[in-house]
Formats: sequence, C-alpha cells, structure tokens
Amino acid sequence: MNNSGFEFKDFTISHAKGAELLSITAQVAPGEILSVMGPSGSGKSTLLSAIIGNLPKAFTHTGQILLDGLQLDKRAPQHRKTGILFQDHLLFPHMSVGQNIGFGLPKMAVGKADLIAEALKDIDLEGYEDRDPETLSGGQRARVALMRTLLAEPKALLLDEPFSRLDTDLREKIRDFVFTRARAAGLPVILVTHDVEDVQAAGGQVLDLGEREL
Amino acid sequence: MQELKPIGQSALALPSKTHKNQSWGFFPVLTILVLIGPIVSGLVGTILPAFGGSFQSGLSALSFEYWGHLIETPGLARSAWLSLKTGLISTFVSLLVCLLLVASWQGTKIFLFFERLLSPLLSVPHAAAALGLTFLIAPSGWVFRLISPWATGLQRPADLLILGDPDGWALSAGLIIKEMPFLLLMSLAALSQVDTASRMRIALSLGYGQVRGWMLCVLPALYRQIRLPVYAVIVYSMSNVDVSMILGPTAPPTLSIYILNWMTDHDLALRNVAAAGAILQLALVLIGLLIWRLGEKLCALWTQRAISSGKRGAGQSDVIFRLLALIFAAASLLAIFGGLLSQVIWSFAGRWRFPEALPSSFTTRIWERHGASALEMSMTTLALALLAALIALILTIGCLEAEFRRGRVMQRAGLILIYLPLLVPQIAFLPGLQILLLQIGAGLGFWPVLMSHVVFVLPYVFLALSGPYRAWDHRFHTLATAMGKSAFVVLWRLRLPMLLAPILTAMAVGMAVSVGQFLPTLLASGGRLATLTTEAIALSSGGDRRVIGAWVLILSVAAWLPFSIALFVPRFIYRKRLGMLHE
Repeated sequence: MNNSGFEFKDFTISHAKGAELLSITAQVAPGEILSVMGPSGSGKSTLLSAIIGNLPKAFTHTGQILLDGLQLDKRAPQHRKTGILFQDHLLFPHMSVGQNIGFGLPKMAVGKADLIAEALKDIDLEGYEDRDPETLSGGQRARVALMRTLLAEPKALLLDEPFSRLDTDLREKIRDFVFTRARAAGLPVILVTHDVEDVQAAGGQVLDLGEREL
Repeated sequence: MQELKPIGQSALALPSKTHKNQSWGFFPVLTILVLIGPIVSGLVGTILPAFGGSFQSGLSALSFEYWGHLIETPGLARSAWLSLKTGLISTFVSLLVCLLLVASWQGTKIFLFFERLLSPLLSVPHAAAALGLTFLIAPSGWVFRLISPWATGLQRPADLLILGDPDGWALSAGLIIKEMPFLLLMSLAALSQVDTASRMRIALSLGYGQVRGWMLCVLPALYRQIRLPVYAVIVYSMSNVDVSMILGPTAPPTLSIYILNWMTDHDLALRNVAAAGAILQLALVLIGLLIWRLGEKLCALWTQRAISSGKRGAGQSDVIFRLLALIFAAASLLAIFGGLLSQVIWSFAGRWRFPEALPSSFTTRIWERHGASALEMSMTTLALALLAALIALILTIGCLEAEFRRGRVMQRAGLILIYLPLLVPQIAFLPGLQILLLQIGAGLGFWPVLMSHVVFVLPYVFLALSGPYRAWDHRFHTLATAMGKSAFVVLWRLRLPMLLAPILTAMAVGMAVSVGQFLPTLLASGGRLATLTTEAIALSSGGDRRVIGAWVLILSVAAWLPFSIALFVPRFIYRKRLGMLHE
C-alpha cells in the first residue's frame, strides 16, 4: 500500500464475443483528474463499472487496475473504496438529510451525530439534519451527495457526468466545489463527461474514447 | 409474452457476479419446490387412485372400475359441456369488455375512475361477489324489488329460475364480473410496456377509428403479454368450485361440483371416482385451452385481412363500441358494489317484504348473534392470510434478489412456473394432495392449509412485486457498494424501505387471495378449518339472507382491510418524505 493513486496497466475491456471496446494505460496521481470523453456507447460508463466492480457479463477485461498499489480488480466491490457521484445526486429519498450523510460513515465511527453536524456545517447546511432531501435545492443536493461520499473515506473518486443536469451558473460553482474538495482530500479522480468545459476546468489528462462503432 | 429487458438502466447499473452471490440460488430452488411440489404430488395423487392404485401399492392392480362409475354418472356429458361452455363464454366476454374499455376509454376521466376502483374490486373474494350477485338478480332480489310492482306488476317474487339456471348464465355472469377487473389490471400493467401513445398517433393520423386502430396496432403487442393471465382465467372459469356452488346449476352441476361432492362423500370409494373425474376435468381444460388457441389463430388471421383491407372503421362504430364497453363495465361494477351494499342492508334488516325496496324496520339482532363468532373467525382467516402472504413475500424477495445479484434475468420458463398454480385447475390436483396427505398419515389441518394457500398466493405476490422491484434504480446499489456497504445492508436499509409501498401492496394482494381461497381450505383441512369464505359458502345453502349478508360483509372487509393498511402505512411513515410520496 502506498499513495500512488490510480494505475492502469494495459487495462483492456472487450465484448465477451471478442471485439475490443477500449484499452488504457495511465496513471492518475492523488489530487489529479483524468477526464474521459467520448460519445455514448464509446465505453465511458463501462470503464467506470469495471473500476467499481460492476462490469456487466457482456464484457471481459484483461490487464490490471491498481489503487494505491493494491490490485483493485481482484477485490469485491464493497472493498474497493472508490466513491462515485452520478448526474442525479441520488439522495436516499426515505432518509433525512442527516441520515443520508450518516449512511456514508464507517460502521465503527464514534460520535456520529457530531460528525454529521460538523459535515453539514462544512457545506453550509448547518442544522439541516432533519430536513427532507426532496426540499433541498439542486446545489444543496449536490453538496450533500459529495459529502456523503467523502465521509465514507474513499481512496478515489469517480464522477459519472455529475454536473450535466445543473443550470450553467450553478454548474460552475458545484464543479469548483467538487474539484476543490477532491484535491483537498488528495483523491485521484476519474471524470466521465461529454462537456468540454468540464475537461478544461479539470485541467488534467484527457482520455478521448472518440468515435467508434459498436 | 413478456420480453424482459436487461436489468437496470445503464451498463453501469448492471450487477455482475460477485462473491457469495451464488448462495442466493437457494431461493429460486426453494420457491420452485414450494410451488411445484404440491402440484406434482397432487397430480400423482390424483392419477394413481383414478386407476385403483395408491402410494403404497403403486399401480399393481390397474383397474378401470372407477372410470366406469364416472361414465355412468347421470348427466356427465352435459355437466362437462356446461363447464366448457361457461368457462369459455365468460372468459371471452370478460376479455372483450376489458379490451373494448381500454381501447375506447383509456386516457379519459371515466377510465381513471374505473382504474381507481380496481383494487377494491379485485379484493372482493369470488364467493362474496357471487353471493352479492344472488342478492341482486334473484326473483326476490334487489333488481326485481326496484322495478316492482310499478313495472312488473309483481306483488310476490316471480317463479323464475334465475340462479342456477340449467344453462349456467348466472354462473357466467358471476365469473365475468370478477374476471373482467382482473384482466383489466393485467392489461394496464402490460400496457406500460407497449408504447400505446405513438402507435395510436400513427393509426389515428392514417384515418383509423379509435377502436379499430387500437385493435390492429396495439392489441397484437398487448395480447402477447396478457396471454398467460387469460389462460389462467379460462382455467379458473372452467373448473372453479366456489362461484359454481353459489350460482351454477344443480342438475347436473358443473363437473368440478361433481368431483367435490365425491371427495366429501362419506363413501370413501367415491374418492377414486373423484380422482377419475379430476383427470377428466384436466383433459377438459386442455380442450378448452386448445379451442381458445384456435380462436387466437382465427383472430390473428382476421387481423391480417383487416389490415390489408385498409378499412378505417372511423365514425359511428366507435360510438357503439364505447357505449357497449361502458355499459358492460358499469354493470360489472354495479353488480359487485351493489351486491355488497345489499348485503349491508340485509344484515341489518328487520322486516323486509317483497316488493319493498328497503326494509321497513332495522335491527342489530343478526350482528348480536353472529358478531362474536364472525370476529373470531376473521382472526383465524387473517392470521392464515398474513402467514401465507409473508412466506410468499420472503420467497418472492429472495427470488428477485437472487436474480439481481446473479445478474440473470428470469426466462419465460420461469414465468410459466410462477403461473403454474393458476394454470392447473385446483380441482384437478387438490383432491390428490388430500388423498396423499391421508395416505402418508400426515393428517389435515392448519399447516397443510397454509402450505396450499402459499401455492396460490405466491404467483400473485410475485406478479405484484416483480415490476417495482426490478424497476428500482440500481445506481443506489452501485453508490452504496462503492461506499463500502455490503449487499445485505443495501437490501435492508435502501431497497426494502424504498419499496415499502409496493411490498405492502403485494402483501395485501396475497392476503386477499388467501382470504378468498375455498377449495384448498376445505380439502387440505378435511373440512375442519373454518374460514370466513368456507363459512359464507356453507351458509349460502341455508338461504337466510340476513345471516349470509353479515358473513359476506365481514368477508369482504377482511379481504379489503390489508389494502387499506397498505395504502395508509407508507403515507404515514413517509409523511415527511416528499420523494417517497409522489411515486
């Protein structure tokens, strides 16, 4: 175990029938953002599902993914420590805001209530513990979703077009917020997007899966 | 038939084989055993005694003696014909009305009104609906009271054979009013997978009439998906016991009633005749299904020709179809709810002479006399229903979760297995199950009854829950797993709580099915376990309307109660969670 971030070694995803979908060799250091671009069907989401450990049966992979020097593709999904954010923020609708935040905390965490209160204060939502997530604004939801993910103490962050449903001005704010937090936490980030502005803001390596037919 | 899409919305949401997930395969296997075990052993237990065999001796002394007895039964041919005829006619009419209603009224306020009433309509047990109908259409029933004497001149009930008419029209009517709502529900569920709106837009823009356009463009896609429920309706209508006992003819009765009489006769030798009759019933149902399939082929042929003829069928025919659908649907609705209302009134009626429309005095005498025992029996009935539905629910969730975790989608064969208890006539295998239980000395009573209820409750619970369960956003699973949560935590803290409303609805459906079971209760308990349904049917032969009214009312309330709880509880628990309410 070290602090080397993501390392893809000849990592290749193929259709079970044989055709290669994508192949990457890359390194993503802590605090760095790798942007993955490409039209739908190019394998962006499939790459994320391979990292998370949810690769559909229609695909196979070869090569290795290392996270902090540990081989990721050998581990069960719940032991990979790769937090993910989706474009809909997917707050659990049956839980309060506080319960949503608390869901991310490790089981053994002590003083959960204080940790939750502190986390909410940290994202300018002090005293929002009992609120219904449905009553939050889009920006507030995005912040809660990120905080929920970060409290689970991930070793990396995956972003599946998390800004594409937001209005333009809000979009910039939330993007800055997420990137800043991820860098502060020293997480290697993989950002899947089809928005050039996202890529520019990320300012890191770009993997373009380009036009290809399935 | 239902073409199941791959699980999940995007590739990312697809689960894949992960550690320890294989152990969930236990649930499908157990479920299949629970469903198929009683059916197969029941069928074997029917075939052996029909040929003079038993489980101990096998078929060593093959004998056709009992078939001789069976064939000598007076009116057997007529009885079989009656079963076939009433079964096919009632299925055809209920399907036709259901389709016309959807074709001509879907999307209107009137249709929404019917849709809202579907759950309460479906919760009414067959026996309760049939008894309600007798209260309405008997010569001394409400219909005649309302039109007498001013329209009919009658001062006393006319001497008409309406209930139990030899041709089984009352029986068909009783089946139609219950099966039409069932087919409507199944059609609505299936329609969500057929893009009706765009199909109809094209048909209408080409100048087709509403109904003709729907029949040519939407129906073929829809029918493929509701074929199994339709077959289930055919099987039930041809072989049911409860509705036939209440509304069917007696000389001869339908074949199923003959079988039941032999099964419950003191003369034990008649059990073998019953077994032979059960096999005849099975063959009869197969013939019925074959005739139906032939009809399907003819309809398909007609559709082809109608399409190439290019006739648009716009204009007046639409109006006629709309009216017909509305009249029939409204009549079914009135028959069930009118029957219930009539039962409420009868149970409180003091003096009520023909042709008065309402009693001249009211009394609580019946409730004082029967209330306590009815309440006690409600407890037994509901406890049985709760247990059966709970077992079915656990098996269903286990199967659906296994499907999810193993990333496998249920195939058509799996769906047919789930439907099997509805496709094999109860009267064809329950007698065998009873004979089997007696022969192996297992005895009859609460537990065999519970087991047999689970067989019939499970398909409904599965059908009610599988849609919402599969539609759950799998990204929640991905998200929580990435946070380090185990699949069990995801299931327990996210998926099940988020699906609370559909889970409770599925439970309510299952409980209503259990409450309404007559034959399994009667046969698997050897007549020793009384539930509201068996009691109501037993009382129905006595003919005291006040007593029947009270019991059927309690029966209907017991079947409806779980639905109201299923509606209320999630709204209360999630009253402060808007995201859970507008689903």
